[in-house]
Parts: sequence; structure tokens; C-alpha cells
Amino acid sequence: MTGIAPARPVRDPQAVAGRAGHTARRSRQLAGMLYAAPTALIVVVLFVVPLVLVVWMSLNRWPVLGAPTFNAPANYAKVSQDPLFLDSVLFTLKYTAIITVLLSLLALGLALAVQERRPGVAFYRAAFFLPGAVGFAAAALLFYGLLNNDFGPFGFLGVNWIGTPNMALTSTIMLVLWRFAGFNMLILLTGLQAIPVEVYEAARSDGATRMQIFTKITLPLLRPTIALMLILSITGSLLAFDQFFIFTNGGPDNSTVSMVMVIYRNAFFRFDLGGAAALSVVLLVALVALNALQMRVLRGGRA
Amino acid sequence: MRYHISMSALAVLFLFPLAWSGWSSVRGQPGSGQAGGYGFGNYTQMAAFGEGLPTYLTNSLLVSAMTVAGTLVVAALGGYAFARFSFPGKNLLFLAALAILMVPYATILIPLYVLLGYIGLQNSLVGLSLVFVMFQLPFALYMMRNSFEAIPRELEEAALVDGCGTFRAFSRILLPAVRPGLITVGLFAFLASWNDFFAPLILLNDGANFPLPVAVVSMTQRTFGAIDYGMLQAGVMVMAIPCLVLFLVLQRHYVRGFMSGALRG
Repeated sequence: MTGIAPARPVRDPQAVAGRAGHTARRSRQLAGMLYAAPTALIVVVLFVVPLVLVVWMSLNRWPVLGAPTFNAPANYAKVSQDPLFLDSVLFTLKYTAIITVLLSLLALGLALAVQERRPGVAFYRAAFFLPGAVGFAAAALLFYGLLNNDFGPFGFLGVNWIGTPNMALTSTIMLVLWRFAGFNMLILLTGLQAIPVEVYEAARSDGATRMQIFTKITLPLLRPTIALMLILSITGSLLAFDQFFIFTNGGPDNSTVSMVMVIYRNAFFRFDLGGAAALSVVLLVALVALNALQMRVLRGGRA
Repeated sequence: MRYHISMSALAVLFLFPLAWSGWSSVRGQPGSGQAGGYGFGNYTQMAAFGEGLPTYLTNSLLVSAMTVAGTLVVAALGGYAFARFSFPGKNLLFLAALAILMVPYATILIPLYVLLGYIGLQNSLVGLSLVFVMFQLPFALYMMRNSFEAIPRELEEAALVDGCGTFRAFSRILLPAVRPGLITVGLFAFLASWNDFFAPLILLNDGANFPLPVAVVSMTQRTFGAIDYGMLQAGVMVMAIPCLVLFLVLQRHYVRGFMSGALRG
């Protein structure tokens, strides 16, 4: 929760001393609760209840049709024995590592290249970001055609873009870099622009080289923003679904099946909602723990 | 100069796939809706696919409209409450709303699918929109609370002293003042609901209810016959063009969403 300041104490205009002030404050409290009521309704019904429900479902045999029956811990035992899931964990981790490194480097390069205001920069920024305005599903379908050798423009290269496990992963990485580089560039730009110009000027007048300015000033001051970008990239990649469902369809030979795809397959192909819920709980706990850890690192960077 | 040459080359690299997709959607291909030359044959072909483009487009527009409207109402009222009032449970509720960011999207869709069944909203566009509103809430609420806090209190106090109720003060004075925040929140809500693929895939099971992304993806998963790639790119364009136009028109408001720190969960 770093970066979110706690609500400022409210100076109540009607909070006058005495009984009249007391009732006025009560009615103001009530008004506040009324305004917050839709938020509370949504948060409780569509967030808190599903969180409890997913845990309960994971403890039951839960078919799509018919009554659930308690069977704990069978669903969790299955998780550890599902070879497709275990493979998907390794694959998703590998994908996350590659994407996070490449995406961060590319985004940092782009952000540094367009950080100064000069003629043409607004156009470059828009060009790099424009793929990010397109929905991810649409982007995946675009690449599905673009990298089809009969239809797309790259057929003459004779590369089998999604035919082998390595090429399928490589092609997916190109798709994700294209779609998300601008998004991450924009995040880094907000951090770069928060660095006061005076800091750079002082360093320059002290005779610092460009490399020194980058490693001694830009990078350390950018650390919280880089951490934020890493969190978003890691979490997003661990939850990858669209790109592998739409673009490679898990293939070839289940070589590009991500963790979330296994959850989906369990729920809607094997009709085993309990098993899907158990996988969800495992993933949820892992990601919340990872997020908490990353937040601590992020906070450390800020202190 | 070298800077501009390399940057232009990069820009072309990023823009090329979009340009290619637009070109392919109108290019003629033997055996497709556009047999030769250039024209909108692929689009008319796509318009007749499955339940028909009008159905999918209407579904997408309905879901986006309900999501944007729902997010704006809930986040504006909630943002006002969190910025200006104190009441029991306030901080707990705010933290609970922000915690939505901490919980991975994909992992609570399975229970949401079951839950919506309990309350009669399974396979319903209303149910899908409510789920989108929930996913938008952390960003929207944070953004709106900050917008309301940025308004000088004197503005509202003057209205309250003049005998306005808090709701009159809210709707007449504060709401117009937070318009930029509302535009940003609405834009993010639109882009998310218009483009999302996973939530409708799980929560809807009737083809007549599918929004565009699910419908167009189903073009690639036909069990018989070859995939019509020209028609597919026409589908990509129908999905992408509204987003590209909105982004170019509302770029400033989009970037404000990044600047606000609201992504920082």
C-alpha cells in the first residue's frame, strides 16, 4: 500500500460543541456512510464474499452441475500431482523472468530516449504507446495474422512462428513487448519527470559525465518507479492468459500452457470447479505473499 | 539527426503492425469476403459471422456503458465520502477496496462465476459489468478521493452555510469541479471493459451474449473450414479503432491516470 497516504482527518464544518453539534455530527456521519454505501456493497458482495467462497470451494468436490460435497484436502492433493499444472508453473516462471528483464530494459531505453522535451518527442511517445491503447486480446489476434506465414508479411523468412515450443515462446514475447513497452515507458517517464532539473544541473556543473549522471542520479532516484514497474510486470506475467490462450492456444504440445490456463481448463473442460478453486487459492496466496515482499522492497527504496 | 533517424525507425516498428492490420482488413484475398482489389468485403463478411456483428457490438457497448456509468457513480459518491466525511469503518473500507489490487484478477473469477449464479446474474451482461466495476474500484476510488481532496473546502462550506444539503453541494458544486478526474476514471473503465477477454469468457456462456473480443477470438477456433484471416483483421480493427481514437483525443486524461500514483496499489 505504499504511495497511498492515509485519509487526512476531516475538519467537520458543523462540528460545534454542545448537543446541537453532536446531532449535527451524527447526521454528517450518517451522510458519509450513505455515500460510501455503494462502495461497501460492491466490495463486500463482489470481493470479500468471492474470497471466502473460493476457499470454501477448494475444500469441496464442486461440479458445474449438482450439489457440492466436502472432500478436503483432496483438491489440494491433486494440485501437487497434476503434471500439467507443475509444468505450467515452471513455464510461467520462465516466461515471467524473460518478459520482466526484456520489458524493463526496453521500457527504460524508450523512456530515456523520449524524456526531454524537444521537437518530435510527442510523436515518438504516442507511437510507442499506441499499441498499448489496443486491447490485449485484439493485439494477440493481430499477431495471430501477422505471424501467419500464408497471410502475414513475414512468410518469406520461412520461420515457423508458433510451430515449435521455442518459437512459440519467442513470438509471444515479441507480442507482449510490442503491446506493453509503451505502457511501462509511460510509468518510467512519470518517475523521470519527478526528478528535479536542479539535481542534473548541479551534477553537470560539478563535471559529472553522462554515465555518472545515469548511474549515480537517475537510477537511484528512479528506484521506486522501477520497483513499481517490476511489480506490475511480474504480477501480470504470472497471471498470463490471453496471449497463450488466443495466440498459441497452449501449443505446440502444451508447451505454452500458463498457470491461469490450467485453472481455466480444470473449471471449464474438466468441469472440476473445486480443483480450479484449489489452484486459485495456491496462486492467490503465492501472489499476495510476493506482492507483500515486493512492497517491502519498494518501501525500503523510498526510505 | 541521428537521434531522429533511429527514433523514427523505432516508431515505424511500433506502428507497423497496426498499419498492417488495417491494410489487411481491406485488402483482397482469393476465397475471402474481399476476393480482389480493396474494399470492405471482409467487414461485411464479419458482420454476418456467428450471431452477427450488431449483436456483439451491442453487447460490447452495453457492457462498457454500464461499467463506465457504474464506476463513475460508485467512485464519485465513494470518493466524496472518503475525502470529506468521517464515519466508523471508513479506513477499513478504503483499505478493503484497495486490496482488490492485491488479489489477482484471474483467481476470483471462478468463485464469481458461482456467486453470480446464486444471485441470478450468471450469463448476464449486468453481472459482467458489476464485476468490471469491482475491478475498476481501487483505481477509481483512489483517483476520485484525491480529486475531491484537491478542492478547497471553502467552496463547499459556503454552499453548506447557505443551507444546501450535502448532496446539493456535491451535485451542484463539487461534481463539476472534479470533471477531469471523472473523465480519467471513465476512460480507464471504458478501455478495461471494452477490451477484456478473460472475464466474459468465464462469466458468459451464451454466444448471443458475447462481447466483441470473445466473439472475434471464436473466429480462430472454428472446428471446420479454414480461418479467414482477412475477416479476423477486420474484427481486430473494429475492436481497436474506438480505443485508438479515444486515446488520441483524451491522451492528456490518460496520462493523468499514470501521474496520479493510483497505479501504485
